[in-house]
Amino acid sequence: MLRIDIETCIGCGVCEEVCTFGAIEVVDGVAVVNEKCTLCGSCVDSCEAGALSIEGKDKAVQADLAEWSGIMIYAEYRHGKVAPVSFELLGIGRELADQQKVPLSAVLLGAGLGDAAKDLIFYGADIVYQVDDPVLEYFTDEIYGNILEDIIREQKPEVVLAGATAIGRSFIPLVATSLATGLTADCTQLVIRPEDGVLLQTRPAFGGNIMATIECPHTRPQMATVRPRVMKPAPHDPGRKGELIDYRPKAERMQSRVKVLRNVLEEQDQVNITEGDIIVAGGRGLDDKKGFELMRQLAEAVGGAVGASRAAVDAEWIPYPHQVGQTGKTVNPKLYIACGISGAIQHVVGMQSSETIVAINKDPHAPIFDVATYGVVGDLYEIVPKLIEKIKEKRG
Amino acid sequence: MDYFLTEEQQMIVDIARQITDEKIIPQRAELDEKEEFPNAILDDIAKADLFGLFIPETYGGFGGGCFEVVLALEQFGRGCVGVATSYAASALGAYPILLAGSQDMKQKYMPDIATGKKKAAFALTEANAGSDASGIQTTAELDGDEWVLNGTKQWITNGGDAQVYTVIAITDRSKGPRGASLFVVEDKDEGFSYGAKEKKLGIRASSTRELIFKNCRIPKDRLVGKVGLGFIVVMKTLDLSRPGIASLGVGLGQAALDEAVVYAKQRVQFSKPIIAFQAVQHMLADMAIGLEASRALVYAAAKHIDAHPKDMSKASSMCKVCATDMAMKVTTDAVQVLGGYGYMREYPVEKMMRDAKILQIYEGTNQIQRNVIGQELNKEYT
Amino acid sequence: MKIIVCVKQVPDAKDVRLDPKTNTMAREGVQSIMNPFDRHAVEEGVRLKEQHGGTVTVISMGPPQAEAVLREAVACGADEAVLVSDRAFAGADTWATTYTLGKAIENTGVFDLILCGKQAIDGDTAQVGPGLARRLNIPYVSYVRKITGYANGVIRLHRLMDDGYDEVEIPLPGLLTVVKEINEPRIPSLKGKMKAKGLSIRTLNAADIEADVDSIGLPGSTTQVVKVFAPEFKGERAMLEGTVDEQVAQLVKKLEPYL
Repeated sequence: MLRIDIETCIGCGVCEEVCTFGAIEVVDGVAVVNEKCTLCGSCVDSCEAGALSIEGKDKAVQADLAEWSGIMIYAEYRHGKVAPVSFELLGIGRELADQQKVPLSAVLLGAGLGDAAKDLIFYGADIVYQVDDPVLEYFTDEIYGNILEDIIREQKPEVVLAGATAIGRSFIPLVATSLATGLTADCTQLVIRPEDGVLLQTRPAFGGNIMATIECPHTRPQMATVRPRVMKPAPHDPGRKGELIDYRPKAERMQSRVKVLRNVLEEQDQVNITEGDIIVAGGRGLDDKKGFELMRQLAEAVGGAVGASRAAVDAEWIPYPHQVGQTGKTVNPKLYIACGISGAIQHVVGMQSSETIVAINKDPHAPIFDVATYGVVGDLYEIVPKLIEKIKEKRG
Repeated sequence: MDYFLTEEQQMIVDIARQITDEKIIPQRAELDEKEEFPNAILDDIAKADLFGLFIPETYGGFGGGCFEVVLALEQFGRGCVGVATSYAASALGAYPILLAGSQDMKQKYMPDIATGKKKAAFALTEANAGSDASGIQTTAELDGDEWVLNGTKQWITNGGDAQVYTVIAITDRSKGPRGASLFVVEDKDEGFSYGAKEKKLGIRASSTRELIFKNCRIPKDRLVGKVGLGFIVVMKTLDLSRPGIASLGVGLGQAALDEAVVYAKQRVQFSKPIIAFQAVQHMLADMAIGLEASRALVYAAAKHIDAHPKDMSKASSMCKVCATDMAMKVTTDAVQVLGGYGYMREYPVEKMMRDAKILQIYEGTNQIQRNVIGQELNKEYT
Repeated sequence: MKIIVCVKQVPDAKDVRLDPKTNTMAREGVQSIMNPFDRHAVEEGVRLKEQHGGTVTVISMGPPQAEAVLREAVACGADEAVLVSDRAFAGADTWATTYTLGKAIENTGVFDLILCGKQAIDGDTAQVGPGLARRLNIPYVSYVRKITGYANGVIRLHRLMDDGYDEVEIPLPGLLTVVKEINEPRIPSLKGKMKAKGLSIRTLNAADIEADVDSIGLPGSTTQVVKVFAPEFKGERAMLEGTVDEQVAQLVKKLEPYL
């Protein structure tokens, strides 16, 4: 509850200015709060008269807080492979572990794990807790959740990270709720506050229009899921040494009320280009159907979908569902890379609200440069291959 | 402008708008291109309870009047006049039954029309009888317990896709204005068939077909009301339905104006968006003025009709002429504002201009409407 | 089947912007809507009811104006509506929210199935569904793309995975979170809207659900917001000059936030 001491309040309105949510305003010389208040405390900090306070903010801190130490990541394993996000988690995990001067551990669950645990060690894990059991072949929230919960209770890591994949986003909230602790989803930045070692978790909200930084100060572990392709993967060192522990869960923890009957793989033919954060689009300037092979490679390198101008679709270089524009789809991704597209209004109207637009075109007068954030005048067949190379390098 | 709708009227507008935005607009270009009857969209309209807006509650309808239909049609018209016409024509086909049919007949047909389970159509026009309705040549003869219909109707909206047809036929030519009667023909009746779907300039999603009656036998109780009432009921029907057509014009005009303004703000020529040029601004202003004025007239006429006045023909005709002539002008101007792009099928305004033309022609040409208005004025000032 | 659907009123995310200079959310012109994923949850609940009989109760934790989305759900076929509202719930994170919803659902009695949308477009965390299931100690499946059957108290469905889908069985009572692909939500009907207008909505406050004050709202939250800020504002525009290598190097640098 936000408490306003009306005797002390001088009606200066600083709180009104500072409030991000429009939840407090000065009415008849006194501050009044409405239901938009999220109790973030910005106004309390800004009030010079000291008239504002948040009631009940001093809440119980988890009794054994100090005993929780170490960084733990959940390494996702599916269809015989460690999911790439696991190496990215080891990357950020290593940074946090080094900062806190604590070990970095990984939890690996699956059936027929083979040498996967070793790989996790090469990528930076100091300890790997693995459970290799046929019952883990298919992902079930309950069994995966039970095992991870038990390992966490035993090992007491201060931070647990997982990938914000279909699996991670499904069962990590279960684990957090079972542990009565906080979880922040889809983090794009994780930083430890030096003063108190608390993890600051930054994530997008409102579809990415706003960023929020969140903390979990009073309970442990501090849990976060991280979007794939956001953090840098850890470097691979085949000389690294680490500990491999075969964890044995209790029998009753390996039960699930939900049953998975089978898994069906589907072609990820990204034809729904209206979802997704990045689009690489090709136009007449590609000169040839083969140009779309290059577009696909660039799209893969940046993790995006392939789009096209009407000219390319009319020339039958790529099917209609990829068309962006007046008679195609309207898209507004975070990043739109237009290659060999002139930028006629019929195309522009379908992509102009993209957050960042990159245009690569031979013609310096192409109208696309009027809407592009970054323009590159040149031969896309020289630029794009080099771009792909440099991007792959950066991603490691 | 605020027209002070009641809560229920606002609900109708909101639902119709949602259907237009979510269902009609995304499909209109394809429906027009393929000349496809919009069955799925009409189903959605039915599920939203909008087919029965004008049908009394006793028959499962909403019990609304002309104004409620006008509100729904304005939204659908903003989406696609072809789709909207299919909805409007069903109302047109149902009105004669509501106006003159017996309790039993209404009980038989109205509930299904209210739920959209059956669609209706109105069959008046013939090759030699358009504006001159009295020239119809389809005949109906009583033979024992059956009426036998012979003749051909032309350009019937929803022909072939409707299940219930109200047909006007001559029962006694010697009686002049009292020589025609109305009948309900059902799609499965023996001796009733359709011609091929006509290819049109606009409203291509709407079905327009010839209806052929060759010794078409229907039970006696299919007569709507009494023998000889045909032309009178037809005139009353058209009075009721005209504001709906006018409303299509208002919706269409709004859609065209919206496209024109958005385009004019985006299109840069001579270093400025073209909306900065007075020539364009004045065009847009005139479009907006005409649109709002016709909307006000349509709403006023519809409310006037819902008050069940003795004379509704003049109000009904005036709003039809005003809104449909305005729609033709606004859509043409919209194409002009979009210039070359407006002429291309890629942009929606050329379809709007093609669709507008029929509004000035069907349900009584605007020339006939002016006759009606002139005659009414003559009567008023004695 | 007694079905409960959780719905949330959210600002239309695409319209929400933070002014980077004043750090204030521009609230004018931002519509409040039913969370789009919840529309699909309501639709699925209504379809199941139409197929198997039963009732659909929609429930929402929110301020008084959240009533609007409850009525919208009723207009689309839900039978009853419950609003869980109290000043004390303010500032709740997903932990406190699942506690509150859990208590409210216990208050409404026995149920067979709870449906939730996959995530709310303001928070985007996708945590309430699984967390709520845990609170109620019932099984759950997330990312349901299609319900393929229901018999003998077991629902068979397709769960969307990153690489395809799983065929899954869940015994009831249980909870499902649904993705957009599961259905096309119906447009509200006129009769539905009129029913919704006249419906009295049950409102439950903290005392009604016997909530423990330390477990709700901000006091009951395990996480809290430290700060809110606008994503890096790309006001700049630039033509990247130089040799091909120079251009590529500059471009890669500019694209760093996306890689």
